[in-house]
Amino acid sequence: MKIIRNHIHALLEKNERLDGRKFDELRKNISIEYGISPKSAEGSARVKFGNTEVVAGIKFEVIKPYPDEPDKGTIMAGVELLPLSSPEFESGPPDIKAIELARAVVDRGLRESGAIDFKSLCIKKGEKAWVIVIDVYSINDEGNLADAMGLCALAALKDAKFPKYDEKTEKIVYEERTTKGLGIKELPIPITVVKIKDKILVDPTLEEENCVEARLTITTLEDGRICALQKGGETPLDTKEIDHMVELATKKAKELRKLLEKK
Amino acid sequence: MYKKRFDGRKFEEIRPTEAKAGIIKRADGSAMFTIGKTTALAAVYGPRELHPKFKQDPSKGILRCNYNMMAFSGSGDRVKPGTSRRSREISLVTEGALNPVLDLTEFPGTVVDVFIEIIQSDAGTRCAGICAAAMALADAGFPMKDLVSAVSVGRVDDKLLVDLNKEEEDHHEGAGVADIAVAMMPRLGKLTLLQMDGFVSREDLAKVLEMAKDACKKIYDVQKNALMEKYK
Repeated sequence: MKIIRNHIHALLEKNERLDGRKFDELRKNISIEYGISPKSAEGSARVKFGNTEVVAGIKFEVIKPYPDEPDKGTIMAGVELLPLSSPEFESGPPDIKAIELARAVVDRGLRESGAIDFKSLCIKKGEKAWVIVIDVYSINDEGNLADAMGLCALAALKDAKFPKYDEKTEKIVYEERTTKGLGIKELPIPITVVKIKDKILVDPTLEEENCVEARLTITTLEDGRICALQKGGETPLDTKEIDHMVELATKKAKELRKLLEKK
Repeated sequence: MYKKRFDGRKFEEIRPTEAKAGIIKRADGSAMFTIGKTTALAAVYGPRELHPKFKQDPSKGILRCNYNMMAFSGSGDRVKPGTSRRSREISLVTEGALNPVLDLTEFPGTVVDVFIEIIQSDAGTRCAGICAAAMALADAGFPMKDLVSAVSVGRVDDKLLVDLNKEEEDHHEGAGVADIAVAMMPRLGKLTLLQMDGFVSREDLAKVLEMAKDACKKIYDVQKNALMEKYK
């Protein structure tokens, strides 16, 4: 481990990375596949960043709206770091790393950006509203699960179609899917920028993640507005570094947005 | 009378089947197995040291299976994340289905972890999981006496058939349904998993197990070809 770390540090001094990428370069083979569980899930997708692979699925549920927002539905996001995807992940309820990904990477950007109009999820004011449940899983962890999961959640939401709701029996008829989608208005795309030995780079591999001193996940919209931020790592960042990171994240989010817009 | 199957298959016909080995790079062995609309992934990690220590077996390694349905993979409602009584039982019988072909005497004090994840379900998830897990163990290079192939067989109303889908499993008309999960060592023709919901006569059980043998041979070919494909 230490040998690889020293090697990564030495390369960075020469402005190089282990896999030959530039500091501001995402992995070349990034792919999105839609509808990977079309029978079971109302929306689903698989995203690969090189060998990193994640899947996401959407289920619709109906609840009584919260009393302070009687005319709104909501979203719920869950992330699981499956022990299937890495020797370092253990069985059991989501640990703090998974909770951070669910809240800070998947949920916050979607919620704050207004990507989904929560009012459009209301079925009957004060009584019935849709909850969109997003579940994201790691399949193979080769670094940067955060950005892959953020993108995958968006892809699954784009893929989603409402199931039929039977007003009489007040039940969801999952077998009958409508043609109505969620009408996603914004694509909040999280990009994680990391600092290693005073160098700032994007899309870290697993080896690079083990050397990260500070990271900042920045979620941006098409017009450049930032809708979520999450800093991690033990090293502080100065405002100049943060500004550079935001610039990088905005640029990289544009590249990923193009991939999503193809659907 | 169940005259024609809902999806038009012959009674002894399995659904379209697809398999791939080595799909998860971080794992020591892995595989994907799809039958109809049911898809299972399996990954193997180990042998690695087993904790807590008192659970170790000084004479051999221990196989530990973990079956899980992704929250969005059920029919209808979202599956609540975490272990359930159902998933724990399936994990147990999966270990039972795989243990007879494995020889872990070379690895005393260790555990071999098998993680099975269901991505989409249309009945037969435990059998699909066992098929994927057996392939993942072979992919990891463990010494094995045989592969394990699994399929559900049974009776829908008056007909004996193989590889029930969800619609058939839920059929209540006439004499109802018997759903029998079978895992087999395909070359040796011996059973390593046998479970049933419903009821069946002694004669029908004998007949349907013969049908399971033929179905497992077809599944075995798919598994074997996928493993060979990886090492071409």
